[in-house]
Amino acid sequence: MVHTFQCLGVFAAVDVNSGAVHVLDELTYRLLEQVTPPMEEHCPAEVRDKLPQYDPAALEEAWQELRGLAEQGLLFEEDDYIDREKAASIQQQALVKALCLHVSHDCNLRCKYCFASTGDFGTGHRMTMDFETAKKAIDFVVAKSGHRRNIEVDFFGGEPLMAMDTVKKTVEYARSIEKEHDKCFRFTITTNGVLLDDENIEYINREMSNAVLSLDGRREVNDDLRPTVNGKGSYDVIVPRFEKLIAGRGTKDYYLRGTFTRFHKDFAEDVKALAAIGRNVSVEPVVGKEDDPYALREEDLPELKAEYERLAEYLKDHPETNFFHFNVDLAQGPCVIKRLRGCGAGCEYVAVTPEGDIYPCHQFVGSEDYRLGSVHDDSFDKELSSRFAGLNIYTREACRDCWARFYCSGGCSASNLLVNGDIKKPHHMGCELERKRLECAIALQAIRSGLAE
Amino acid sequence: MKHIKTLNGATLKKSAAHGGCGECQTSCQSACKTSCTVANQKCENQ
Repeated sequence: MVHTFQCLGVFAAVDVNSGAVHVLDELTYRLLEQVTPPMEEHCPAEVRDKLPQYDPAALEEAWQELRGLAEQGLLFEEDDYIDREKAASIQQQALVKALCLHVSHDCNLRCKYCFASTGDFGTGHRMTMDFETAKKAIDFVVAKSGHRRNIEVDFFGGEPLMAMDTVKKTVEYARSIEKEHDKCFRFTITTNGVLLDDENIEYINREMSNAVLSLDGRREVNDDLRPTVNGKGSYDVIVPRFEKLIAGRGTKDYYLRGTFTRFHKDFAEDVKALAAIGRNVSVEPVVGKEDDPYALREEDLPELKAEYERLAEYLKDHPETNFFHFNVDLAQGPCVIKRLRGCGAGCEYVAVTPEGDIYPCHQFVGSEDYRLGSVHDDSFDKELSSRFAGLNIYTREACRDCWARFYCSGGCSASNLLVNGDIKKPHHMGCELERKRLECAIALQAIRSGLAE
Repeated sequence: MKHIKTLNGATLKKSAAHGGCGECQTSCQSACKTSCTVANQKCENQ
């Protein structure tokens, strides 16, 4: 399977199954659109006839170059090299190695699009996690992770800084048992920044390998969508704190992370605004049902795709900005086995609530049909987990024929459920935007590597 | 080649030989928490 596209003036071809990516001249791009493998020895007359604007000798030359790529396994490769049984068996081992630890189901902002119902996840009561529950969650992941060494814990909420005491005790406890169990914990935190004082900043910069800092970009956009409990803007409170944290971050990762909605579709401007605060930026589409006023709609797609390309044009001249969603490691990214199964929600990645309940990921929290168990009684629904473990790009029908399947790896089960009522049925709009982001990412790489202008 | 420049080789196919250790980061934990891109993750074995 070959996907051809134009983006930023670059003509490109992705050989989906081998992972090869080629930059073409326009003649070869038009020619490749006409090719059905296996390729004949010479460019057929009927193909030449469809491209009368080009010199036949030049078409023959390009034809031979394409044939050369096919002979080298760089074009029209099949995916029969993938051992699907091995891949399925790895998934079904259900080794949990990543926790989204909801230390707080309370929040000090009232974001209008919040999937967690402004912090309480629709439960009607706000609470933080006690240390005993967090400790059991750590014991749970250690026990469930088998021989996997690297374990990730993301302190999440609500707003996790509202439960800083639990965060600190949990880190201390996990570090105290690392050697005994031969594990390496990596902690991250996702915060809105309101409670970032000097002590919290110093702690996060010391202990957290990644900090995700929530901010929606321009002041007016942020303050419209992310007000305080009293309905005031949060930008002026938060930004100086994030700046201070970033200044002390050293070589550790961080991302300024924003959400864009139907209210502000010119999100490239928000990326620019965030990049003025820190170089690592992640801005992504809101999760919501189509009837939510802020939710993006199918009719918005042309505008949103154009906006991604506008952003890519800007980033072409601003390589100092690292936009997370245009990062694709073509040469040394994850192996093909990893790329079959995506995020691992429900099997290798789970969320634990302040009550100790286990869900497939943070976005399933509160959906009783998807409650996997509890860290308090060691219950874990293996059958439900196995349904998630069985999800991959071959078992999700819409992914099988998608050119982007090895890059996005099947999308988000929670979005699929929210929009389509089925964890296996990809959210079409999410897929369209993901494909556009990938095209922009590849075109940017071609330009930055000097293969295109 | 005159008409084609290869930006990336058959790295995906090559990765099948050594893949599947499962030590790499869970994609949703990195910087998004809503949308997925797996191909921007790092391989722990590289």
